Amino acid sequence: MLKQIRLFALVAVLLLTTALSAVHAQDDVFSVAVVSPSATTDLAFSQSMYDALVLIQEDMGEEAFEFVFQEGTFVVDDAAVALRDWASSGEYDLIIAHGSQYGSIVEELAPEFPDVSFAWGTDENTFGLDNVFAYTVAAEEGGFINGFLAAQFSATGNIGVVGPIEVGDAKLYVDGFKVGANYANPETVVNVTYIQSFSDVPLATEAARALIANGADILTGTAQMVVGPIAVVQEEELMWFGTQASQAELAGDVGVMFQIYRWDVILKDMIAAIEEGTLGGETYVLTLENEGLEIEISPFNTVLSDEGKAAMQEEIDGLIAQIIAKEIVIFPEEDMATAEAMMDGTAEATAEATTAP
Amino acid sequence: MARVFSRLFDLTPSLLALIAALLISAVLLVVLQVNPIDAYSALAQGAFGNENATAETLVKAIPILFVAIGICVAFRAGMTNIGGEGQMIMGAVAGTAAALALPDAPGIVVVSVSLLMGFVAGALYGGIAGLLKAYFNVNEILTTIMLNQVAVQVMNFLLNGPLLDPTEAGANHIPKTARIAEQAELGRLYFTLPESVGQLFGDTDLFGKTRLHIGLVLAVIIAIVIYVLLWRTIIGYRIRAVGENERASRYAGIRVKHYMLLSMLLAGGMAGLGGVVQVLGLTYRLQTDGSTSGFTANAGFNGIVAALFGGLNPLGAIPASILFGGLLVGAQKMQREVGVSASLITALNGVIVIFVVSSQTFVQARARSRLMQKPVPTPSSTSLSQGDTV
Amino acid sequence: MSDILTASVFASTLRLATPYLFASLGEMFGQRSGVLNLGVDGIMLMGAFGAFYTVLITQNLILGVLVALIIGALLGLVTAFISVTLKAEQGISGIGMYLFGLGMSELLFQKLIGTPKSISGFPPISLPILSDLPILGEIFFRHNILVYLAFALVPISAYILRSTTWGLMIRAVGQNPTAADAMGVSVTRVRYATVTIGGMLSGLAGASLSIALLNVFQQNLTSGLGFIAVALVYFGRWQPWGVMLGAVLFSFVQALQLQISAIGIDVPDEFAAMSPYVITIIALVFASKQAEKPTALTKPFVRGDS
Repeated sequence: MLKQIRLFALVAVLLLTTALSAVHAQDDVFSVAVVSPSATTDLAFSQSMYDALVLIQEDMGEEAFEFVFQEGTFVVDDAAVALRDWASSGEYDLIIAHGSQYGSIVEELAPEFPDVSFAWGTDENTFGLDNVFAYTVAAEEGGFINGFLAAQFSATGNIGVVGPIEVGDAKLYVDGFKVGANYANPETVVNVTYIQSFSDVPLATEAARALIANGADILTGTAQMVVGPIAVVQEEELMWFGTQASQAELAGDVGVMFQIYRWDVILKDMIAAIEEGTLGGETYVLTLENEGLEIEISPFNTVLSDEGKAAMQEEIDGLIAQIIAKEIVIFPEEDMATAEAMMDGTAEATAEATTAP
Repeated sequence: MARVFSRLFDLTPSLLALIAALLISAVLLVVLQVNPIDAYSALAQGAFGNENATAETLVKAIPILFVAIGICVAFRAGMTNIGGEGQMIMGAVAGTAAALALPDAPGIVVVSVSLLMGFVAGALYGGIAGLLKAYFNVNEILTTIMLNQVAVQVMNFLLNGPLLDPTEAGANHIPKTARIAEQAELGRLYFTLPESVGQLFGDTDLFGKTRLHIGLVLAVIIAIVIYVLLWRTIIGYRIRAVGENERASRYAGIRVKHYMLLSMLLAGGMAGLGGVVQVLGLTYRLQTDGSTSGFTANAGFNGIVAALFGGLNPLGAIPASILFGGLLVGAQKMQREVGVSASLITALNGVIVIFVVSSQTFVQARARSRLMQKPVPTPSSTSLSQGDTV
Repeated sequence: MSDILTASVFASTLRLATPYLFASLGEMFGQRSGVLNLGVDGIMLMGAFGAFYTVLITQNLILGVLVALIIGALLGLVTAFISVTLKAEQGISGIGMYLFGLGMSELLFQKLIGTPKSISGFPPISLPILSDLPILGEIFFRHNILVYLAFALVPISAYILRSTTWGLMIRAVGQNPTAADAMGVSVTRVRYATVTIGGMLSGLAGASLSIALLNVFQQNLTSGLGFIAVALVYFGRWQPWGVMLGAVLFSFVQALQLQISAIGIDVPDEFAAMSPYVITIIALVFASKQAEKPTALTKPFVRGDS
């Protein structure tokens, strides 16, 4: 018995004495800490943020900008621990919670650390706190353009979508895609399968096959499980439209165009704001207008001719201009309803808005 | 008293195994060009390095402990309950719904009702598997694994629809419930130290600014209650008898099916409690990312491992859960500080589990030798032998 | 109705069932001899990665399969060592192996490959004449070789179990290890063999995903498939044909759910997603109540214990 207590104590002492003191960050370096729910190599959500941070580091230089990235944190509570740890260390200028599921923990934590700047996405809500930035992405804009062109490419008039769960930017993209496709061709059928998971590749693969078996000759989708459908599209030699990050290299000849999230655009704004003393209270949206959204025609596609790509580019540019000028409104009533509800947060406002002209 | 302690502190082999696992993993770290000392000190720091870290370790341990307590009951009755994840989710859903349905009730009422509903929901969910096993002979490993997935979809459905936070307007709503009222929160747990001790730490307020909540006290109390149930009551005796030898129990007149079902009800209820306590004490709302572990953090599985480390004894589960919590929290810190990727931590977790589980054989061997030393009751001369007439 | 029950749904069923079949049959052998291995998913992931990486650098599919088999065998051996020699608690050590395989495969992927890449895996093979049959052709005769192999393993396994000495030994060791031991059968050796074979088949299951059906590798590629495979062994009552029935039923419901969504019928996504699990449970309740569970399942064998 005594032996056991001694052993226990020995282990405890060993563990505690190996603790080293933390390294303090220098003051002239802008330090960012990020937590995200999937891997930085997912060719989708987390990758887009990681790529953006790398871009900024290249821009500003390693002596002026550094970041840590805790990936794969799909357990929301683990993210809470990380955020708290970073905030209480006082070493970071900006702490980013990159995932809409992290909202409530940011809301609870930020008031305890009013001198630390937090950023949270993808959502518009800053909780009325002046040390929280919110950021989101108008994924429906690129979705619209993807859909518009896809409908023109489709020979069968049938397009398939493999989606994860019907929330967040996934839903915005898919809804925008459907509107865009039917804008170009009201006869085009767009079938959507939400597989209820962000990561189930086997299921996503079979979903893609089912859509193709039912006539789809073009596929699109969002979230990290799209690698499965992309492989199917390659096997069937059809076409793939993507979003969130560029899957061009993976998709090769079947990849047509990609909506790319350029988080660095808004990160730069946030960094500037923080350096001027504003720690939050702003909402940023990636849009085509602020070049937070980039539409890329796949450079790895050797099937499309140069003239074809040029024609596509012209059409894309035209659509972008129209969206920016509000000549095309992707979600007519919902736009207004969302805006009103955001301001009032009441059911009445939403009801009123949907009956407005 | 010594007997209680000797049952508790069969942790020695586990600790030795833990050290062995960490040493082997250090080799892997070196291969990946990570300094093991840096990595492990980050681990230690993250687990127990300061007040906040220790608090987070305890916070992590709470749901694991709840599940582990339930597992002790189930495994002791011979039921392999892999459904902790699903039972936890159901408990959280029911408990949160109850708390939200009583926005204006006084704190003590809301909390009690909420905890009760969480327990009941988890119990019923575990009971499904128990019923199917006891009365239809459907294996519980199969049903509990399947039911885990079903529970996730139920949660997704409710959180996207009926239970969705009304203030989540717009197209891209996150599936989550509204926040529970303040009086429904389980309070923070902190200790006020006497002045003299406080001066040593520089602070009289222990765990004051952390997320540690009263759920810990609740879990420990329940661990004690279940310990008493299992070893000091007839019900507990019968549960253990069914697990040790089903046929003998039946001959002894114990209603085996009854106790199989009961053990699953209890196990599910414990896990359900773990789920609702997570919401009431920590997250204050129920939210999902669509997968099981987004909310549960795999507590349903970790609870099984912790129960085993604790020798399938609720009291042993307490230090086991805390140690496990420390490992998990510390590992995350390791990722942040040293840049060790999350996947390495998962693999490390697996190596530790394998080593510690393997070490338990020495515990069992010792238990067996202890058993050998007891005199075995032999049919004495007082019993009738064949041919005697009464 | 004909829109829903199309030939492609059945073809999809057979494809989806393939990894379950490999893993479940492997697990069945282990369980028949009395050993529960919950680490199947982890071994699948390691096998999947091994096969994928091999094909990525050598473009040799057969070599990929071999690598998966070897990795599966090695991990199976380790599992056997832990469960049989060290007599550790089988359910838990399996979870440890799962975590190890999950983390290790992802780590290796990150370090050796980095970003998702696709490869040319096993192509579908159209069997001559048979594949031109009107509906049956599409359903049965245009799959890749691993699909055919998985289904072929079912009668082979049944034959082994029922009609060979080897099968008899396996069954004896699972039902009554003491008696088997008394008859001179080495319980240890039989269990080592079955668990190792189980590992090999799990590795093969993983390969069927990464170099045949999906042709891609990503972290947690299997997404819990291995656990369902273990559950299906119970569903199949430890009989190869029962296991096949379970795998096919489960996959069929999945394929059906995808088809319904693909043609635009609106079903709440969550109900669709839970349907395979619910239906499997219901089917089992109505199936025969005869339990033929190997009596010694999860009980380590110690000579002298009764």
